[in-house]
Amino acid sequence: MTVTSVEKDLDALTLTLTAQFDAPVERTWLLWADPRQLERWWGPPTYPATFVEHQLSPGSLVTYFMTAPDGTRYHGWWRVREVEAPVALEVEDGFGDSEGRPDPTMPTSVMQVRLTATDDGGTRVTIHSTFPSLDAMQRQLDMGMEEGLTLAVGQADAVLAGTPA
Amino acid sequence: MVVEDPSLDDLLADDDRADRVFRALADATRRDIVRRVHREELSISAVARAYPMSFAAVQKHVAVLERAGLVTKHRQGREHLIRTDARTIRQAAHLLASLEARWRDRLDRFGVVLAADPEGSTP
Repeated sequence: MTVTSVEKDLDALTLTLTAQFDAPVERTWLLWADPRQLERWWGPPTYPATFVEHQLSPGSLVTYFMTAPDGTRYHGWWRVREVEAPVALEVEDGFGDSEGRPDPTMPTSVMQVRLTATDDGGTRVTIHSTFPSLDAMQRQLDMGMEEGLTLAVGQADAVLAGTPA
Repeated sequence: MVVEDPSLDDLLADDDRADRVFRALADATRRDIVRRVHREELSISAVARAYPMSFAAVQKHVAVLERAGLVTKHRQGREHLIRTDARTIRQAAHLLASLEARWRDRLDRFGVVLAADPEGSTP
């Protein structure tokens, strides 16, 4: 397991994951900066992602779609807010309409990525997601729903055990 | 009282309810009220004193939360006491757990790509 810590804030609706990888920072950065490499991990095998527009510079719009098992395409986009290769990326993360254009009626979230070199030559990756509402969280899960539902069942109990009733 | 945990499936099966919950929690004051009455049962007037707004405005927020099933209200003497309904809070936990699972999955694949292609020499 590469994930070393997870913090969830039920009130602020934030999720922070930290993971450790053996590769150096410059190499790890390519998993975000090279769309063909990004496609290899962003979507699950059942909902593979295809990035269409992909330029990591402030203000630029990155567009992608995920293809469901029945062939339906679900469009998403990132608006790049901050980029400092190879260590930092901050994007607004949203949904597209059927033609892939940003859908202003859908909620967006913010994803911050930080890459830090570790003493052993590896990279620590921190992903910090902030959601404006439960609705935004739900909609993000709806994209690739099969996966979301299957995994939710197994994971929920552990979380609930730690939730004050 | 037996409290049944709502599953993600239950929540999704009832769109109207989900809409009410999400709209209710989209407001910072209402989220704050939920937090406040999660810790202790309070009267609406006690809750109202915590905010720089009228009693009527706070009462409206409480009504929105009540319709969404986020708080329950009961009478004690001359006062209405409210408290958080824990089931709905758990839905937030469910959602965050599902998002966490998705990211764990992604980061696992992330590691697989790094291991398979250490130089990053994708054409």
